[in-house]
Amino acid sequence: MCGAAAAGLLIVVWNTPAFAQMDFAGEWAPLYHEDYPERIPGPELGDYMGIPINDAARLRGDSYDADRISVVPEYECRPHGGDYSMRGLANMRVDNILDPVTQQVIAIHTRMNFQEMERTIWLDGRPHPPELAAHTFSGFSTGSWDGNMLNGYTTHLKESYMRRNGLPRSDKATFREHWVRHGNYLTVTTVITDPAFLTEPLVRSQTWLLDPGQQLGRDVCEYVPEIPKAADEIPHHLPESNPYLHEVADWYGLPYEATRGGAGTLYPEYRLKMGKPEKSPEKCERYCTCGQNGGPCNLH
Amino acid sequence: MQLALALAAIASCGVLAAQQPNFENVQIQVLPVQGNVYMLAGAGGNITVQVGKEGVLMVDTEYAPLAPKILSEIRKLSNGPIRYIINTHVHPDHVGGNDAFAALIPQNPLQPLKIIAHQNVLNRMTTPAGRETPQPQPGLPEDEYSTRFKDIHFNGEAVFIYHEPRAHTDGDSVILFRGSDVVSTGDIFTPGGYPFLDLERGGSVQGEIAALNHIVELTVPAHTQEGGTYVIPGHGRICDEADVVEYRDMLVIVRDRIRELIKKGMTLDQVKAAKPTRDYDTEYVSRNSFVTADRFVEAVYKSLSEHK
Repeated sequence: MCGAAAAGLLIVVWNTPAFAQMDFAGEWAPLYHEDYPERIPGPELGDYMGIPINDAARLRGDSYDADRISVVPEYECRPHGGDYSMRGLANMRVDNILDPVTQQVIAIHTRMNFQEMERTIWLDGRPHPPELAAHTFSGFSTGSWDGNMLNGYTTHLKESYMRRNGLPRSDKATFREHWVRHGNYLTVTTVITDPAFLTEPLVRSQTWLLDPGQQLGRDVCEYVPEIPKAADEIPHHLPESNPYLHEVADWYGLPYEATRGGAGTLYPEYRLKMGKPEKSPEKCERYCTCGQNGGPCNLH
Repeated sequence: MQLALALAAIASCGVLAAQQPNFENVQIQVLPVQGNVYMLAGAGGNITVQVGKEGVLMVDTEYAPLAPKILSEIRKLSNGPIRYIINTHVHPDHVGGNDAFAALIPQNPLQPLKIIAHQNVLNRMTTPAGRETPQPQPGLPEDEYSTRFKDIHFNGEAVFIYHEPRAHTDGDSVILFRGSDVVSTGDIFTPGGYPFLDLERGGSVQGEIAALNHIVELTVPAHTQEGGTYVIPGHGRICDEADVVEYRDMLVIVRDRIRELIKKGMTLDQVKAAKPTRDYDTEYVSRNSFVTADRFVEAVYKSLSEHK
């Protein structure tokens, strides 16, 4: 009898989805100390450093013309992809979604200001949708606990970007993420795998500070044709014709090859072999105080 | 039988003959899309099914050997009569089951099965090159249209059938289910694979771009530029406007690149060697792709050269 009761209890426990080990609910303000120039003023055109891209991604980046997101109305109100949203303008509210009967946390839901991006990470053991189901910008995410760390896995992403200068991220990509809270600090590390555009996983981390007074408003976007264009016209640069690709190397005093990215540029030892820049500015002239001691990101 | 011969003749022109799979192992997947509309995926092109009080409307029929399996899945959605089949274009992986469905469906004069397609589809199915015109028979789209669009009202919603001239072929139709807010595109849109520009059957790159732009016009995204109107492609996953936009942009950019190379006087072989699609191949070409990068480049090159 005792054995049967224990077995029954075991079955109940075994079949019960895990309770949240750590509470992430609340208002979170992003800290931009990591990769500040990339995240706030935005990446320079042609800057692919530290991204393990393949040749296809590099040419897509070279072909990118930023006019596309203003001239083509269908791009005007797009949100970031679920992976990139974690490092963009990322003031974030996290809510727990509770099962009304058991009061267990069955998902965490995030909302950010920019384009009102929302994500749900399901914790109730549900499967991912079938391969032929629709994709979304946020993708479909499930999660599980490893102690106090939440591990997420996201599939069904729409095509988006790895960096906001035209480096593409395909709809074949998936990403894993790891949420860790230390007191009032939250760090989320994302690991993106993309068979179309990456030669190895891209690992990035972002940190937030708990900000109970933060208020997220609405960000309602309505796309409108602002510049007349023919329907079969899309702004882009033909291969080997983009005149802006050397700017980032020249502005920051870097070897051009280093700005071209690839897995080799990802690791610290690359500095030892990256060579000398073609030219170096005499003094810093671009985003010189960006993020330093809360400094602004003025261009000069 | 004559329809099967006609389709075999079309297939033997080098279009899709090599793609026919082993049908015994094929499973039919049924995915709810929105409103009254479902997507069925098997071995050929996607099938769109709309169900309601008046019966069943199908868009395309895949291959004949799969008709019993497909019908079995449709019967799980509705026991109503199959009243309409709309063919998006002439290729066998989309119309190959017409004959079989016409034979499987009990004929009721009060609720007859109508098979709709653009007139060019009927023309090509009944006059394959080098053969005599066969007699009318079940399975042919005899409810053909030759206007810019045809509309019907079925199962409580308006259904628009638009002709897209000289796109993937010269007989392409795009179907809008206005109430359910779903568009079925046929092979004008095949996410994950380059479009098959069937120049021999009247396709062209400019018509393909125009057709994709028309699909973008028909679709209205919801919040954050996604969802809203859903799109059932000829092959591949359920999509929406944002996916069509990415595809349209790819095609425009590749067209521009090849047009530039033609302007420089490059031959087809030189253009292929320049690999103008090399940054899209990792997304649009896989081991089993019907349209390889070279085949796509060749089709765009020849299509643009026609208009020099």
